[in-house]
Amino acid sequence: MKLNRTLAAVGSLAIALQMATAGNITGKVTLSGTPPPEKDITPLKDDAQCGKLHPGPVPKTQFFVVGPNHELADVVVVLQGDSLKGKSTGATAAPAELDQIGCIYTPQILAVQTGQKIHVKNSDPVMHNVHTTPTAPGNKEENRAQLAGGPDLTFVIPQPEDFLRFKCDVHPWMFAWVTVVDHPYFAVTGKDGTFTIKDVPPGKYKLVAYHRKAALKGIAKDVEVTADGAKVDFVAEVK
Amino acid sequence: MQKAAAAQAAAAFFFARTMTVSTTRQQAWLHRFALLTALGTLGLVGLGGLVTSHGVGMAVPDWPTSYGYNMFALPVSLWLTGGIFHEHTHRLWASLVGILVVVLTRWLGGKKAQLPLLVIGLVEILAGIGLLRLGADWKGAGHFLAGIGGVVCLVGMVWLRNAAAPGRLPTLGWIAFGLVQLQGLLGGLRVVLDAGDLAGIRLGTLLGIFHGCLGQLFLALVAVIAFMTGRWWSQPPERITSLQARPWFVTATVLVFVQLLIGATMRHQHAGLSIPDFPLAYGALWPDMSATAVAEYNLKRIEVTAANPITGFQIGLQMTHRLLALLLLATVALCVGMSRDRGLRRLAKFWLGLILVQAALGAWTIWSNKAADVATAHVVVGALSFVTGVLGCLIYFRRRVRDEAPGPAGKSTSDLTRSVAA
Repeated sequence: MKLNRTLAAVGSLAIALQMATAGNITGKVTLSGTPPPEKDITPLKDDAQCGKLHPGPVPKTQFFVVGPNHELADVVVVLQGDSLKGKSTGATAAPAELDQIGCIYTPQILAVQTGQKIHVKNSDPVMHNVHTTPTAPGNKEENRAQLAGGPDLTFVIPQPEDFLRFKCDVHPWMFAWVTVVDHPYFAVTGKDGTFTIKDVPPGKYKLVAYHRKAALKGIAKDVEVTADGAKVDFVAEVK
Repeated sequence: MQKAAAAQAAAAFFFARTMTVSTTRQQAWLHRFALLTALGTLGLVGLGGLVTSHGVGMAVPDWPTSYGYNMFALPVSLWLTGGIFHEHTHRLWASLVGILVVVLTRWLGGKKAQLPLLVIGLVEILAGIGLLRLGADWKGAGHFLAGIGGVVCLVGMVWLRNAAAPGRLPTLGWIAFGLVQLQGLLGGLRVVLDAGDLAGIRLGTLLGIFHGCLGQLFLALVAVIAFMTGRWWSQPPERITSLQARPWFVTATVLVFVQLLIGATMRHQHAGLSIPDFPLAYGALWPDMSATAVAEYNLKRIEVTAANPITGFQIGLQMTHRLLALLLLATVALCVGMSRDRGLRRLAKFWLGLILVQAALGAWTIWSNKAADVATAHVVVGALSFVTGVLGCLIYFRRRVRDEAPGPAGKSTSDLTRSVAA
């Protein structure tokens, strides 16, 4: 009993020390070049039930969410390094959320840890089916129906994978892409193109920015994290 | 005595006439029914095309149940939801075609078909009951199989004393009977085994391609049955001046089928248009298919529904489809040029018209960014082109060449040979 207490105290001290020396990585992703124009999701508008949920103009695809100063949203920025592998805290992390609003997934780009719960909500008055189509070995394909007003569906992805696709077969324009990382050091850029990866242990790493279109295989940069943190910007290119 | 003989002769004449009239009528009804089955099958091909064009093959993720319901008891509110409408209607329509084919098999096979149908039906019912005993997971499959068996049994029990259709028609009926069940099973497995993998290829894709192609073959078979039950087929074959066009008919029909196979492969990969422009391909006569170029194409394409990335293989496939279309057009044009017989020439011209419409629909499919209705029309006209080719080949293989040199008294040598043989 006494030994256990001592071990717990040592553990807590180690975590506290690490937190004290850990730093945040911040940065911004911008897009260079002109992205292809987004397309109208006409099948959505043509659908008897989903069309009614969008009385205004036809919703468009959202591959390139670009700000006025070329800030690029929906970029998944992931820290890479041997020391980080298998450090997932997904089992105890707060669940991530994916909603279906107006027959569109919100958000369309999400990043979670391995073992972290993903709650899929259905805020629509329409039935959807949530069909995951993983490609990494160890991640199982699932296809579950979700009635209007039905309870949330929970998915847990055990293996890391980039842009694992969630889709709805009933409404074939509905997609979300979920990047699964086996540690907690990642972020998704917001509409202003910025990101923050918090509490990174000091050390040298590779920071990689992934975008569904402009950087599918990732743009990598070396980064050294100190207690003061680090700042890294990326430029994704559309040729 | 004489009166009795006359009455007997009159009765015999009346009976024979009634028999002929009733047989002719029965044949006419059989032909109409076979035509209905063929039309139903064409509709089914169209519905299948719509399912793939909309990318909703998995909108109902279970089979033979639909969202856990018996297929025929799915609530209308669910049926009318998004892609479920196309997929579920395809399933119901397929069931109807299945019933039509079972009836057709019974009709073609005559009284002789009763016993085999009863036996097959009973075996299916027993197998269905056996599946029910395997557990809750097999409940849907058990009900479905027993249901099919029930339909087959019922049709087998119909106590009509009709004679079997002439020639190979009963055999063709049995082939259609087997194929329709195999096709239904393939369609179901395409859903149930969708996530499986065979040699690195998704099973849903593989089975979908196979299901699509078998559907086309099945349609051709039912069309052949409909054609062979018609009045034209019951008449003795005409003799024509030349069979020169026959190999071209065969070649073109094979080419159409290869085109259907390539089309099915392209469609079932759900990657949208691998080449978005026509008549050029990525602005060139021959597109760059290097890995760098393909990565760039993927970056620049904005997909609305078919979100799988395109590959160099798919670009190559579409280029092959385009080139084969040109070759096919030339071959069918040759069929027109080489057909000496008036009727066959007319058929070849109709075929050429279909191929031209098909080419236009292919181009429109690209220009419309693969609009589902246009892409489906491309599938349906492709199916009609294949059926036309198969029927053309059938006519050619039935006909014999009329001898050019007339024999004595204006009779051709072959006519003389026939009289000698008689």
